[in-house]
Amino acid sequence: MKHWLASTALALALALPAVPAAAADYTPDPNAKPGGAITVTYKDDVATLDPAIGYDWQNWSMIKALFDRLMDYVPGTTELRPGLAESYDVSPDGTVFTFHLHHGVKFTNGRELTAEDVKYSLDRVTNPKTQSPGAGFFSSIKGYEEVAAGKADSLAGVTVVDPYTVKIELSHPDATILHVMALNFSSVVPKEAVDKWGTDFGHHPVGSGAFMMTDWTIGQHVILEKNPDYWRKGVPYLDKITFEIGQEPIVALLRLQKGEIDIPGDGIPPAKFTEVMKNPDEAKDVVKGQQLATTYVTMNVEMKPFDNVKVRQAVNMAINKDRIIQIINGRAVPANQPLPPEMPGYAKDYKGYAYDPAKAKDLLKEAGLADGFSTELYVMNTDPNPRIAQAIQQDLAQVGIKVAIKSLEQANVIAAGGTPKTAPMIWSGGMAWIADFPDPSDFYGPILGCAGAVQGGWNWSWYCNKELDAEAKAADAMTAPDQQQARNAKWAEIFTKIMADAPWVPIFNEERFTMKSPRMGGADALYVDPVSIPINYDYVYVKE
Amino acid sequence: MLAYLARRLVQAALILLGVAFVTFALLYILPADPVRQIAGRAATAQTVANIRHQLGLDQPFLVQFWRYLTHLLQGDMGRSYMQKTEVATLIAARMPATLLLMLGAIGCELALGLTMGVIAALKRGTGVDQGLMIVSFVGVSAPQFVVGLLLLYVFAVQLGWFPIGGYGSFRHLVLPSITLGILGAGWYSRMMRSSMIDVLRQDFIRTARAKGLARRRIILRHALPNAILPIIAMIGIDIGVFMGGIVVVESVYGWPGIGQLAFQAIQRVDIPIIMGVTLVSACAIVLGNLLADLIAPFIDPRIKLR
Repeated sequence: MKHWLASTALALALALPAVPAAAADYTPDPNAKPGGAITVTYKDDVATLDPAIGYDWQNWSMIKALFDRLMDYVPGTTELRPGLAESYDVSPDGTVFTFHLHHGVKFTNGRELTAEDVKYSLDRVTNPKTQSPGAGFFSSIKGYEEVAAGKADSLAGVTVVDPYTVKIELSHPDATILHVMALNFSSVVPKEAVDKWGTDFGHHPVGSGAFMMTDWTIGQHVILEKNPDYWRKGVPYLDKITFEIGQEPIVALLRLQKGEIDIPGDGIPPAKFTEVMKNPDEAKDVVKGQQLATTYVTMNVEMKPFDNVKVRQAVNMAINKDRIIQIINGRAVPANQPLPPEMPGYAKDYKGYAYDPAKAKDLLKEAGLADGFSTELYVMNTDPNPRIAQAIQQDLAQVGIKVAIKSLEQANVIAAGGTPKTAPMIWSGGMAWIADFPDPSDFYGPILGCAGAVQGGWNWSWYCNKELDAEAKAADAMTAPDQQQARNAKWAEIFTKIMADAPWVPIFNEERFTMKSPRMGGADALYVDPVSIPINYDYVYVKE
Repeated sequence: MLAYLARRLVQAALILLGVAFVTFALLYILPADPVRQIAGRAATAQTVANIRHQLGLDQPFLVQFWRYLTHLLQGDMGRSYMQKTEVATLIAARMPATLLLMLGAIGCELALGLTMGVIAALKRGTGVDQGLMIVSFVGVSAPQFVVGLLLLYVFAVQLGWFPIGGYGSFRHLVLPSITLGILGAGWYSRMMRSSMIDVLRQDFIRTARAKGLARRRIILRHALPNAILPIIAMIGIDIGVFMGGIVVVESVYGWPGIGQLAFQAIQRVDIPIIMGVTLVSACAIVLGNLLADLIAPFIDPRIKLR
């Protein structure tokens, strides 16, 4: 809550002087020193380094390091800070954002980055021909519909005022647009490089980021080297990052133990997790952090008996979350609401439904279901999800609910969830909602709002509360920097109201564990950076 | 000979067509939706429909297959859904690694298999013979990922003789070659043993012995070359066996070949890559078998190509 735009809150609203870049920033680590090279391993080949396309854990942070966006986050936090835009203004009605670019920022091909490039990049990512999985994030920009429908090549709402000023007009006030401008999909790319490489741009990325790609040998390695002309002074510290590809997580761990690599990108293999954490020598090199994700059970409010709020509340009380967390080696904390704890808008004082089977039975009795009922729980068929479903099945049997487990391929579970009156209950493990950007609205619209309760949607509980939809819209219209505290409070209230209706049983928030070699330096937060997974390459360094 | 070759090539083309059809059909009925994978979960229904249309996945199955086939005949294997790169480029970039690994495996299976077979034949009926045959039995039956992880753990992690996976030098090649070749070594040792036993019973060996030649000379100059010939003819067929093994072995050792490419493509439902690797492997198998048949008459004149 306290993080969100704390920086911009410093700027006085409405009169709106340009927001100074120095308002919130990162305090450089006094021990950090430049130089050195690290090795990171991954099992799978890098899919692409095209920022309009890349959308997986592996390439997300590489793309972050190669490109820049108008907005950025303070390293290791969910706090926005200006990126390529040294400042920005918001119109009083919250629909026009004007960004003022840094002067003298250069792409690694030597050309200066200007407002034209920003416009080109936004036009490119929204163009259907690009096939960007992130195109939908830009839907609040004026002219998006025309571009998405293929009727226009350029977003009418994005205009180049002068070489260092770009104006973005929205069709409705949207406080999340600053986060959207910090997404990888908003990365600024040089037109000439995209034209030169065409669809192979993803293998020949050119950006203005802290690093530049110098070699990509398919199936073997990707090498990033320091951009000597990077516009942020003093960073990055590392000279070189080598991503070695094709290493099984278990092999990566063995190599880390022998000191051959620095970061196993795929994490600690589950089978080895307990062993590593029990060994103090190794556990000291493991950094634990939160993940902006919640895993939950949905109950379809359009299907009997889940149309009765008492039944939904009873299920909330009947599931023992601690026992489920044991199944995944304790790599999570119990959840009591849809938002994960690190998310702005998280209701800290809300206690949720405590585990209380006796009370759950009473509620079922009140609902006229003293003898329980039979239902189905859909679950993705990869470990540990079926085992977790069994735990839920046992818990619910205690209160008289007989659950049949339907364990299916991921795509089939998603399809069932998005089909009306098909799946009474779904365990979301393996398909859990992970935030694209640290803002509470990302956890409402698609998964709990009316917009998501459609054929093919992600609102698997089919919960549609028109009043809350209106409140959510009002919250997102609060774009002024000084309204952000109030906006987060509003979101906390919305999610608390949702929990009173109990369409979900929030089960846990998974934690992240990043293991690193002892020679890696930098604050722990950089190793569990909420937006750069696994680590923030721009700010970490090597000690020796 | 030419007529035979022509007939075999036509057969090969039909086999490849069949492989392409079956693979394409299997991928078509797969419950996983590649468009969803590309579009990501933030995609609107419009984005999903748009991508499906651009990839032609909204067309009926036969139309999709026909289009794939006509492009293929023009040498176009399509582009990867996820990487957007030409499939031919991706396969070509990884082919050298796979060929090197196969060469290593052939070397390994011949060295191990022939040595074991000869020794077993010479020590027939003894404990050495039985011991070697048990080893060959284990080699034939052990799953490759188990052998791979075991070798990796003992020789790379514990003893440190070889690097823990990776690519680039002879030392990197040793363990993957053994893992891939151990199956063939098992077969070869048994074939070599019986072939050698056969040859040792022949009259010309008795003659050689009667002449008073040294045992060493009899085995190396007279018996071995004759016993080894039928085995050399089998190498072509091995290529097919290897094609199945490389997916596992390359994944265990992080070997950047086409097996690893296939493994990753399967996880991402990247249909053009899966099709490409399957067809290239099928080609290799068909050509390998053809080669084995063509070599056979040169090795054993009693075989005639018809």
